[in-house]
Amino acid sequence: MADALADLPIAAQEGASPLLAVRGLEAWYGESHVLHGVTLDVHEGEVVTLLGRNGAGKTTTLRSIMGLVPKRSGSVHYAGRELIGARSDAIARAGIAYCPEERGIFASLDVTENLMLPPVVRPGGLPLETIYELFPNLKERARSQGTKLSGGEQQMLAIARILRTGAKLLLLDEPSEGLAPVIVQQIGRTIRELKQRGFTVLLVEQNFRFAQTVADRHYVMEHGKVVDMVRNEDLNASMDRLHEYLGV
Amino acid sequence: MDEIFGIPAPLLFGQLLLGLINGAFYAMLSLGLAVIFGLLNIINFTHGAQFMMGAFVAWMLLNWLGLGYWWALLLAPLIVGLSGVIIERTMISRLYKLDHLYGLLLTFGIGLIIEGVFRNYFGSSGLPYRPPAELQGGWDLGFMFMPVYRFWVVVFSLVVCLATWLMIEKTRLGAYLRAATENAALVQAFGVNVPRLITLTYGFGVALAALAGVLAAPIYSVNPQMGTNLIIIVFAVVVIGGMGSILGSVLTGFGLGVVEGLTRVFWPEASATVIFVIMAIVLVTRPAGLFGRA
Repeated sequence: MADALADLPIAAQEGASPLLAVRGLEAWYGESHVLHGVTLDVHEGEVVTLLGRNGAGKTTTLRSIMGLVPKRSGSVHYAGRELIGARSDAIARAGIAYCPEERGIFASLDVTENLMLPPVVRPGGLPLETIYELFPNLKERARSQGTKLSGGEQQMLAIARILRTGAKLLLLDEPSEGLAPVIVQQIGRTIRELKQRGFTVLLVEQNFRFAQTVADRHYVMEHGKVVDMVRNEDLNASMDRLHEYLGV
Repeated sequence: MDEIFGIPAPLLFGQLLLGLINGAFYAMLSLGLAVIFGLLNIINFTHGAQFMMGAFVAWMLLNWLGLGYWWALLLAPLIVGLSGVIIERTMISRLYKLDHLYGLLLTFGIGLIIEGVFRNYFGSSGLPYRPPAELQGGWDLGFMFMPVYRFWVVVFSLVVCLATWLMIEKTRLGAYLRAATENAALVQAFGVNVPRLITLTYGFGVALAALAGVLAAPIYSVNPQMGTNLIIIVFAVVVIGGMGSILGSVLTGFGLGVVEGLTRVFWPEASATVIFVIMAIVLVTRPAGLFGRA
């Protein structure tokens, strides 16, 4: 098993140094060791997914990159800086933004307050008009309480609010989860639009049909490790392998 | 207009005014407690001592430095608030990962120490503090006598409560505070320095207590126990209003002050216990408090 792993094309061979390089990332929740050496690269302008079964460590990988897991080790290198020991607010200020699985819309804030909450960390974020063009519902419902929105609108809000801040790398945790197919398509269009606008995206997904419509590459996780990497164009040829990993 | 429900009007209005004054202190103190509890999840048992410190700092500014009431209104909250910042940074911040009970025990202990130190230096008999010349005297309203200073306390504390509410509900800083109260980790992951926000919030809550202490100095005598007597009632007010509810703590504070005043008119024997009876009823029927989210 170890030999096979060593040969896996974990890193994308693209020459240029990656925007995000994760090496040997380990993480613990209390006594339980959740990540066992995650290694992956994300290049500037790429959309990369983390696929895997429930409990494979996908969400924990995003949370560890973001500094939200109390105990972690290894290396998270982003835009020339080592972030493994940094606090989550410093990681955000380095230019990484996070959209959690549970969306994290604040009930005591209205839609506009939710949208404007994350502070601008560097120049180059999307202007508010552009965000309202992408998500017209948010303008119509500006004064509604954040949690009174539909699930799809909440997901739009959770993505929209991290586009203003100037962060270049977006960590999106299962944006398609629990949403109607037409909304999932809309989220997919949004992610492709974000890629065109120069954002880099690391996306956790269970739904690899959805992942296929947005991503350049896919990492497969199992038992707290990255076990495989598939380019999107090779996805159909690798179906058997993926079915085995994902158990679909 | 001489008698209302068989009660002489001056007595009724006098007690109503007294109720509003007490309500003003309940409101300001429970507001500070609510803000602190919302973000830190700690019931700040040092609050009574910090209220007392506000009154003492006003007295010290006057007697040691010759700085009068208006200076005290500005400086005492800053000085006592700063002491709160130091307490949060050096002690309370170490306990956030533990059960809330430890925060309660720590702040209770700090409160006892502060009160002990003041009793040691100033005795327990109480020191006089006069209201400033501008606020002395009173108006005869026909149906009652209205002392200027008491009118000032009610109006000023209403303004302070309103300003605090506006700051929390309508500003960007307030949005950080509300969001961090719900999910501090996520707000920090957006790039907000949450530990600093927590420290400032504690300092602000403590400054509110000290401000109330300065307001109280000319009404009650300045003594080391002045906070202890008040704070027990204020905790009941917080429980009735609902832990962590800003508007709830203000409305409940004034409301219960008035209820207490009226009880003193109609059933004097019950006035000392009425708030606790209400607390018991509210806890049984609405455990989250009148304004709390269940």
